[in-house]
Amino acid sequence: MPDKQMTEDQVVAELRSGMTIGIGGWGSRRKPMSLVRAILRSDLRELTIVSYGGPDVGLLCAAGKVARLVYGFVSLDSIALDPHFRAAREAGAIESIEYDEGMLYWGLYAAACRLPFLPTRAGLGSGVVSTNPALRTVVSPYGGETLLAMPALPLDAALVHLNRADARGNAQYLGPDLYFDDLFCMAAERAYVSCERVLDTEELVANAHPATLRINRSMVRGVVPAPNGAHFTSCAPDYDRDEAFQRAYVEAAGDSERWSAFKASYLDVDEAGYQAAVKATAEPAGARA
Amino acid sequence: MSDATRAEVCVLACAEAWRDAGEVLASPTGVVPTIGARLARASFAPDLLLTDGEALLAAGVWPVGSRPSAIEGWMPYRTVFDLLWSGRRHVMMMPSQIDRYGNANISCIGADYRRPTTQLLGVRGAPGNTVNHPTSYWVPRHTPRAFVSSVDMVSGVGYDSAAAAGPESERFLDLRRVVTGLAVLDFGGPDHAMRLVSVHPGITVEQVEAVTDFALAKDGEVPQTRLPSDEELRLIREVIDPGAAREREVQP
Repeated sequence: MPDKQMTEDQVVAELRSGMTIGIGGWGSRRKPMSLVRAILRSDLRELTIVSYGGPDVGLLCAAGKVARLVYGFVSLDSIALDPHFRAAREAGAIESIEYDEGMLYWGLYAAACRLPFLPTRAGLGSGVVSTNPALRTVVSPYGGETLLAMPALPLDAALVHLNRADARGNAQYLGPDLYFDDLFCMAAERAYVSCERVLDTEELVANAHPATLRINRSMVRGVVPAPNGAHFTSCAPDYDRDEAFQRAYVEAAGDSERWSAFKASYLDVDEAGYQAAVKATAEPAGARA
Repeated sequence: MSDATRAEVCVLACAEAWRDAGEVLASPTGVVPTIGARLARASFAPDLLLTDGEALLAAGVWPVGSRPSAIEGWMPYRTVFDLLWSGRRHVMMMPSQIDRYGNANISCIGADYRRPTTQLLGVRGAPGNTVNHPTSYWVPRHTPRAFVSSVDMVSGVGYDSAAAAGPESERFLDLRRVVTGLAVLDFGGPDHAMRLVSVHPGITVEQVEAVTDFALAKDGEVPQTRLPSDEELRLIREVIDPGAAREREVQP
């Protein structure tokens, strides 16, 4: 049985500058943040990022990794806007390909099904069409209706974070929503799943319904054991969003000195260093050794 | 004589958007519309479906800021799109800009899309929502910066944009009402232009016109927005929003 376990840095070593990379999760929920942090540490650049965006997008923009962003929104949920994404857009630093959220779903699904496009009403009449001259309409061969042809969004790589997986790549979500993680994996040439815990295969269904196993090993190239790997986004039911840390992230973004300090503490270190720094920040000062 | 606050009048005006909606998903954005949707279901629109704000369909009535006590279904995001494309939904969104024909913007502000002066959320689901099912809007601060002659990025599709784009974008377009901190408006004017339906207690027609950057249609005398009944006030104050979160979203 192939063991697909890898480290974050081994995943990033398989990526190249200029690639189109899809990132699962939604807003500030169940984002593969340890993989994002590994990209921040790498020399990858000029990436096209496809995401229902949260701090994954903000951090990659702050590090100058993003050439083009394909998205329906970028939000931190409990804080409406991500400051780094805003700054990148307002500086004209990234190309913006903006889709309705449902169009993004349709584009990933089309890529997963190896179709060139899927028809939809969503987007017609909106700025999504007027800001994107590459979009085309299609006439139904049955009723003659003119619909928008949402192009497939094939990905070079997909990064998703799930609650559990086995070493072969069967992955499980235990929270309320899978979001579009399975479609990100199926739309990608290579999909990498980070997870809170790697279990033996039979353990996956010992305490959970088989319907939670929505990502199977045929869709997955690598499995990354990453406890607390979605931090500071939520990973229900394992943990909630770290709201205090998210606020600190937002507040630091507004000031170059504070951002340098944030970066030195949390981003210019490896994943173990990040997790240790988070733990030290969360503990009251008196409790420190 | 009712002692209802402005915020409570707004809650009821939002709730009225879902009157007679039947068995559809009510998707409010913002605190006042969320209270409004729960008030509608607890009173005159009992068949509405409501989510917990994430992936569960909640039964019964529960206070804002807490978890519902009863669950009646599962509604992850993918299912929301399947449902909204079928038309069984009425959303109330909060635009940063809205114009005379109902084009609404939640994406970005500025003349150059490649480099906006202010980046907002992105279009989210607004393009698909508006061309698939009924849509209403909530704008707590009724200002000329919000009620503009033309929006910078069409996120929610308006009647003129849909007409220009063709029959499939007009087919299910159904913009119902715009509730603001000052008034209730709809699109019953000529060519679906925005029309002033009612003004909230203490607000004049002239005040609303002065903060709207385009001409509003009117049908004769503009009435006052309906005040909540004693039972509606009880539901708002004691059951749905005992912490008075509504008052923080509406300026007095």
